[in-house]
Amino acid sequence: MSLTVEHVSFKYDAHHAAGAFALHDVSVAVQRGSLTGLLGPNGCGKTTLLRLMAGVLQPDQGEVALNGRSLRGIPRRELARQVAVVPQETHPAFDYSVLEMTLMGRHPHLGVFELEGPDDIAIAQDSLAATGTAHLASRPYATLSGGEKQRVVIASALAQSPDVLLLDEPTASLDLAYQLEVAALMARLNRDRGVTMVLATHDLNLAASLCDSLVLLRAGRVLAQGPTRGVLTGALVQQLYNVEADVRFHEAAGHLTVVPIRRSP
Amino acid sequence: MTVSESTLPRVAARPRPIRMRLAMTLAAYGGLAIATCLLAPLVGSTPISFTRVFDRSIPFVDNVDAQIFFVARMPRVLAGAVVGATLAAAGVVLQALLRNPLATPFTLGVSAGAALGAILVISFGGALTLGPLSPVPLASLGGAFVAGAIVYALATRPGRAMSTSILLLAGVTLNAFFSALILFVQYMADFTDAYRTLRWMMGDLDVGSFGPIVGTLPLVVMAFLIFAALPSSLNLLSVGSDIAATRGVDVGRTQRLAFVGSALATSAAVSLAGPIGFVGIVVPHLVRLMTGVDHRIVLPASALFGASFLVACDLVARTILAPVEVPVGVVTAMLGGPFFLWLLIRRG
Repeated sequence: MSLTVEHVSFKYDAHHAAGAFALHDVSVAVQRGSLTGLLGPNGCGKTTLLRLMAGVLQPDQGEVALNGRSLRGIPRRELARQVAVVPQETHPAFDYSVLEMTLMGRHPHLGVFELEGPDDIAIAQDSLAATGTAHLASRPYATLSGGEKQRVVIASALAQSPDVLLLDEPTASLDLAYQLEVAALMARLNRDRGVTMVLATHDLNLAASLCDSLVLLRAGRVLAQGPTRGVLTGALVQQLYNVEADVRFHEAAGHLTVVPIRRSP
Repeated sequence: MTVSESTLPRVAARPRPIRMRLAMTLAAYGGLAIATCLLAPLVGSTPISFTRVFDRSIPFVDNVDAQIFFVARMPRVLAGAVVGATLAAAGVVLQALLRNPLATPFTLGVSAGAALGAILVISFGGALTLGPLSPVPLASLGGAFVAGAIVYALATRPGRAMSTSILLLAGVTLNAFFSALILFVQYMADFTDAYRTLRWMMGDLDVGSFGPIVGTLPLVVMAFLIFAALPSSLNLLSVGSDIAATRGVDVGRTQRLAFVGSALATSAAVSLAGPIGFVGIVVPHLVRLMTGVDHRIVLPASALFGASFLVACDLVARTILAPVEVPVGVVTAMLGGPFFLWLLIRRG
């Protein structure tokens, strides 16, 4: 499994602010089993790139391909059996239970009039167990805490049995403890289940601790990409965010850490 | 509703399989609908006996009870069942499409279009008939289609997902605009016509014969065929359109089908019985309280419960002040209004 973005350009139509959130000639190769971080300032195109990778948007130019096959040629359901998405926040209009939310992940595996069977329920319960939310199965989703909600949405994505998981700032609205919890979950799923992950985030330290490779996006273009150690440097952080930062290896944490110092003049 | 977690701490749910829940729901709500439709015609100014109605030993021409049951009262009951089922189902579909539990079949502006069509014909005449459809239902269908087409054209763009916010805004605006036109036409009309339009606006299930029901049946069948393919996609759509797309739902197609299906259903219902309010919102919410929110259960259950609900409301309408008949739209609104407020308070 590999997910490749080749020379992709994309622009939202005239209803959006001119040029905002556009991507220009972006090429990214996500290797099988990797955990790739997408970093960049607000409006740099992280979410747009994730939506292109998920096939929700189609590129104006270039191509997104899964195992060498263009997403344009992959039927929606088939794609959904291989690529799943975890949005930043999920607000259902109705009061679904946790199990119902998770079972919705089985949608691409079922026919139009097909109802989920024991196998689907087993997969959903396994996904809940993998995210530590099995005990919440009968609870209404709306009554959960932020961290629980995010883990349930990840469980729902896992129930799709995907090879690739795309996560859009999955820890953005969570407190420190939940951030660590969700981060540990992502690392575990990547390691134990071999799920390839692409993670858009503003949290440089999260990216440093989790990701084996990084893509830095600025104004819709790739500023740099490669292994985390090579890309997460003070110089590139400064170019990316216009912020001077101290980047160094943290012995206790076992990964690079980024401490912002000041905005560059 | 789901069992409260507080009673089941740290126990994985042992869910009843969806197949069994669906079968039980169809049996329970279907049984209720059939029972309501068989019992409602027994009640009325002339008491009739159920056993006599179905007594095969008396020829139909001599069986006054059977004639009252099948000829005088059954068309009205069936009209109630069809209108109740279509409005409730359209309400469920629109609430999911607009991701708004407070949407109703009349949110789209289709019913105001239908009302304007009907009222123009009532006030200024018209003699066109089409099969079993007489001028007023035909004009209201025309008005509904025009309104639906305007809203649809505004909310869709080729190759893109439907804008549900534009759908909502266009529907509400069209509703207000058509309502103003209706008031204007009523103001210009003479007193008799103004009364007739007022009466039409209150809803009336007294269709007289099976003809008008048969006339709207093609639309109703089309709407329900469309609805049948939607429930699991509606579940995902009501969670979010990006989530739905990445779970394999064709979002644009589902939205278009949901719109067309509910517009057809609403047009059929309104042309048959006028704009009967509150069925499309009260019934889905009551059903959700009883069955949970899964659209694969809620949609069929709401259709069946909507049929029972409207037939029951009409029974109240024609008996509570007998021999005077209360318009059925007044009964549904008087039951539905306070319930709706209660829902809002509960949400707050």
